[in-house]
Amino acid sequence: MFGSLRVLLQVLWAQLLCGWVLGSELTFELPDNAKQCFYEDIIVGTKCTLEFQVVTGGHYDVDCRLEDPDGTTLYKEMKKQYDSFTFTAAKNGTYKFCFSNEFSTFTHKTVYFDFQVGDDPPLFPNENRVTALTQMESACVSIHEALKSVIDYQTHFRLREAQGRSRAEDLNTRVAFWSIGEALILLVVSISQVVLLRSFFSDKKTTMTRVGS
Amino acid sequence: MQPCVLTLLLLALLSGRVPALYFHIGELEKKCFIEEIPDETMIIGNYRTQLYDRQREEYLPASPGLGMFVEVKDPDEKVILSRQYGSEGRFTFTSHTPGEHQICLHSNSSKFSLFVGGMLRVHLDIQVGEHANNYAEIAAKDKLTELQLRVRQLVEQVDQIQKEQNYQRYREERFRQTSESTNQRVLWWSIVQTLILVAIGIWQMRHLKSFFEAKKLV
Repeated sequence: MFGSLRVLLQVLWAQLLCGWVLGSELTFELPDNAKQCFYEDIIVGTKCTLEFQVVTGGHYDVDCRLEDPDGTTLYKEMKKQYDSFTFTAAKNGTYKFCFSNEFSTFTHKTVYFDFQVGDDPPLFPNENRVTALTQMESACVSIHEALKSVIDYQTHFRLREAQGRSRAEDLNTRVAFWSIGEALILLVVSISQVVLLRSFFSDKKTTMTRVGS
Repeated sequence: MQPCVLTLLLLALLSGRVPALYFHIGELEKKCFIEEIPDETMIIGNYRTQLYDRQREEYLPASPGLGMFVEVKDPDEKVILSRQYGSEGRFTFTSHTPGEHQICLHSNSSKFSLFVGGMLRVHLDIQVGEHANNYAEIAAKDKLTELQLRVRQLVEQVDQIQKEQNYQRYREERFRQTSESTNQRVLWWSIVQTLILVAIGIWQMRHLKSFFEAKKLV
């Protein structure tokens, strides 16, 4: 009973200490001519990674900009489809990153971003342990890290698949639309050709009869 | 020792996760987030709001009257969660169909004075699948040792990977269907357009020939 209580205590303490050092992963819709900014308070010395990808919309590109608390631009790219940027926080304060779709007139974009701040909180406060991890525990830790990278790759694959599927569905509707459009144009042009030709010869007929008589 | 443990327990269980990332939302603005997830996956969302105080010129926790309306739609556009929460809230739902779920937030403010010229600051954190698990709770409920808890975490992770793989197979099938439909459409419409072209050509020639014959020009 006390063993599990001790475990519970350690986990709770870990959560209290590191509960706010977490990554945020969001997918949101960015309307045309819009800009969306996100902010996060970061402590100096923390290693952070910002990764984003455009999932659907237009030419699948977006402007991205990352600023530190003093307004200095740490990262700025225009019309990028996908990128990953790692930096170490040099100052304490609120870091801001913005996605802009202001160059687009009528396409909505869906943007995915993953902002990792620091490391993931450990399940237990390992730094407080007196003894080193047993072989079983260190095996568990390495499996956990490997599985985390598997899940990461899965997310990347899912996003690329969503992007590919979005392009394929766009292509499908465009093919249908333009095929029907072309068939109609073909009919309209050929019928009007005949009508126009007939109208030329109708005028000549009256002049011919006048000449004849 | 025991009361200390209990207070720590209460503190941690109540605090949960503190959302760190924040953004600004206007009064009538609706912000939507998309989560593409397999079925039987739990999602926990935590949010916290702050309102700009003009006198103190900083963001302070919003009054209890100002809440957020949370609406969750499943891939078939059916609403699975539609509730109003206070200025600080936590919403949970489990997906029953795989696909894109939409989580929309907007403030329920009807009093213009609260928002004058300002924006509402919303701290948001959405945890999906294995990340949504509260390991402290699981350890306490099932009375697990350290090693058992680690293994349980690995099992949950592998479970999530498996569900995602199944979902991937289903999505790849949809993709293949779309591509095959495009292929069929291109083929069919090309044939139809060629036939229309030939038919129109024949009709034009026959019509004009009969027209000129009638006019005694041929």
